[in-house]
Amino acid sequence: MLSFASQMHRMLSKYGLVSKQLWEIMQISNILLCNVTDRVSFWFVVTDSSENVTTVPGSEVEAAIRMNRNRINSAFLLSDKTLQFLKITPTLSPPVEPSTPVWLIVFGVVLCLILAGIVFLVVAGIRQRKKKNKESTERENLEEKCEVTITVENGIPCEALDLKAGHINGVFAADNERFTSL
Amino acid sequence: GFLIPYFIMLIAEGMPLLYLELAVGQRMRQGSIGAWKIISPYLCGVGVASVVVSFFLSMYYNVINAWAFWYLFHSFQDPLPWATCPLNSNRTGYDEECEKTSSTQYFWYRQTLNISPSLEASGSVQWEQALCLTLAWLVVYLCILRGTASTGKLEQLSNPKAWISAATQIFFSLGLGFGSLIAFASYNESSNNCERHAVIVSLINSTTSIFASIVTFSIYGFKATFNYESCLNKVILLLMNTFDLEEGSLTADNLSEMKDYLMATHPQEYAQLSPQLKNCSLEAELDTAVQGTGLAFIVYSEAIKNMEVPQLYSVLYFVMLLMLGIGSMLGNTAAILTPLTDSRAIATRFPKEVISGAVCFINCVIGLIFTMEAGNYWFDIFNDYAATLSLLLIVLVETIAVCYIYGIRRFEKDLYTMIGRKPNWYWKLMWAFASPLLIISLFIFYLTDYILTGTLQYQAWDATQGQLVTKDYPGHALAVIGLLVAASTMCIPLGALVTFIRKRLKRESVSTTA
Repeated sequence: MLSFASQMHRMLSKYGLVSKQLWEIMQISNILLCNVTDRVSFWFVVTDSSENVTTVPGSEVEAAIRMNRNRINSAFLLSDKTLQFLKITPTLSPPVEPSTPVWLIVFGVVLCLILAGIVFLVVAGIRQRKKKNKESTERENLEEKCEVTITVENGIPCEALDLKAGHINGVFAADNERFTSL
Repeated sequence: GFLIPYFIMLIAEGMPLLYLELAVGQRMRQGSIGAWKIISPYLCGVGVASVVVSFFLSMYYNVINAWAFWYLFHSFQDPLPWATCPLNSNRTGYDEECEKTSSTQYFWYRQTLNISPSLEASGSVQWEQALCLTLAWLVVYLCILRGTASTGKLEQLSNPKAWISAATQIFFSLGLGFGSLIAFASYNESSNNCERHAVIVSLINSTTSIFASIVTFSIYGFKATFNYESCLNKVILLLMNTFDLEEGSLTADNLSEMKDYLMATHPQEYAQLSPQLKNCSLEAELDTAVQGTGLAFIVYSEAIKNMEVPQLYSVLYFVMLLMLGIGSMLGNTAAILTPLTDSRAIATRFPKEVISGAVCFINCVIGLIFTMEAGNYWFDIFNDYAATLSLLLIVLVETIAVCYIYGIRRFEKDLYTMIGRKPNWYWKLMWAFASPLLIISLFIFYLTDYILTGTLQYQAWDATQGQLVTKDYPGHALAVIGLLVAASTMCIPLGALVTFIRKRLKRESVSTTA
């Protein structure tokens, strides 16, 4: 208990927590402990050592303790959870919050990647289709210009047939002109 | 205790039906609508029903991916946002709701979903979730953009039934996928040995499901024990502060005796204190079950926050979840897109990209419903009723169709040409008798359960108590449920009816012209 009183005295005086007139005259005996229980809990008052012994108003002591909770805790090697001042609820430190939420940044990155992929695929698809259209119009032009010698099997020109599997038997292809058409 | 029916169902239903599915798909070489038409023209409704179920599934399933994205993006912080409770307004303590429940549950219910107390209180669309949902749909669009032909597995992926049954199995076992999708995506040519694949796939699926459930339950037990011990500590602290007892005099073991002693010696103060003294019980903690898809997020984020480098494990876990989820989504959307791209009317007018884009856009807009404050309740409705009953019916019709309409001998011959050996008596028995019987009995069970309990109920989150409470569905929700089930199941008889009428008309017109 004595150590507590001495610690409190040191706190209150060293850090200029009480009003100016009082701190010079404060001594260790000004901190009185009472109602000590088994639970290592007690009440204490801070008096000023002027002639009329008055107690320092509770609100001032409260304010002082509230401001320097950290130092009091570390002096006793305790924490907010293990050292409790009744009626002085500890103010918890808020978590560090960056200005832009982190998740939005990651979201933005992923979104840009996906959009780039989509645009790339769509453009590639359009280009492929244009190429196919050009090829088919070229073949149509070729067909219009072609002469009788280009044989036609079931409406498909023989060059196109060559692209697929299977081969055209040259003997039979040439025979088409000999046979009468239906 | 649960493992016994699980294994019975697996052997009696899961494997035979999976084998049936694969064989039908492989033999007919067509998507579901075409395949069933070949078996019998009256069954075109089955294919349509499958597509409808796929459509409902794709509407709500992507919301899970949106949540996975949300958690993934929030994994890049230290400490993880679900590891601690946020502070209340005057910074004297933690947020009230978070105090009553745990920080992971608070993060899920308040910061992710911002859930409303009941289904009627719809609330507004949460823009953060809407963004994540849009991103999820963009990812699906990216993969599906070129059409399913680009993946090189056109027919297999377009069999929606396969994906739906995988999804349902997945839903029933854990709520999210584990492994069967990957196995599914690998079967191929006509000579493929689908019998072996069916067995392997079911076994892999079950093993991973069981493994995942073991993990889940152990985390559950850990969480319950932790909550129980914190509850006890709070009570001990309260008693010690009030009665100024010596530190260490109250422990978990002597708590009940000390409580009686204090009640005897200081009755008035004890009576004043008793409303605050909670009766901590481990059983009560274990009973506060979180249900549905939320389970996967809450339980695993709880586990991750206690690990050494939580950010790494969190990123890994949610990336895995995303890959599986997107995989399921691809199957679902492919199931919807294939009939659209197959039909000449639409395919010739619009290019593939536009059709896929339209489907994704429509589903995304409808999916915004699930991002509202009451969205999770609607999600649970879809999750519980869109696929389950309809799937049972579809599967039942399929087995009966293959066994009795197509003929089991014809099917045997087809299998012989495909894989080189006939199915043995076990498979035939299952297909012809056991599986249909089981499905019918499941059906009856569902219906009687509904009739007995009277009205359907759901779990709503009560912010004041910090736990789930049971409430009845309002009228309009029941109507939606009815519509969901009817929309897919009615397709089967309607399809048969339409074909019948068409045949009749053709026969009459033929007879009149002849």
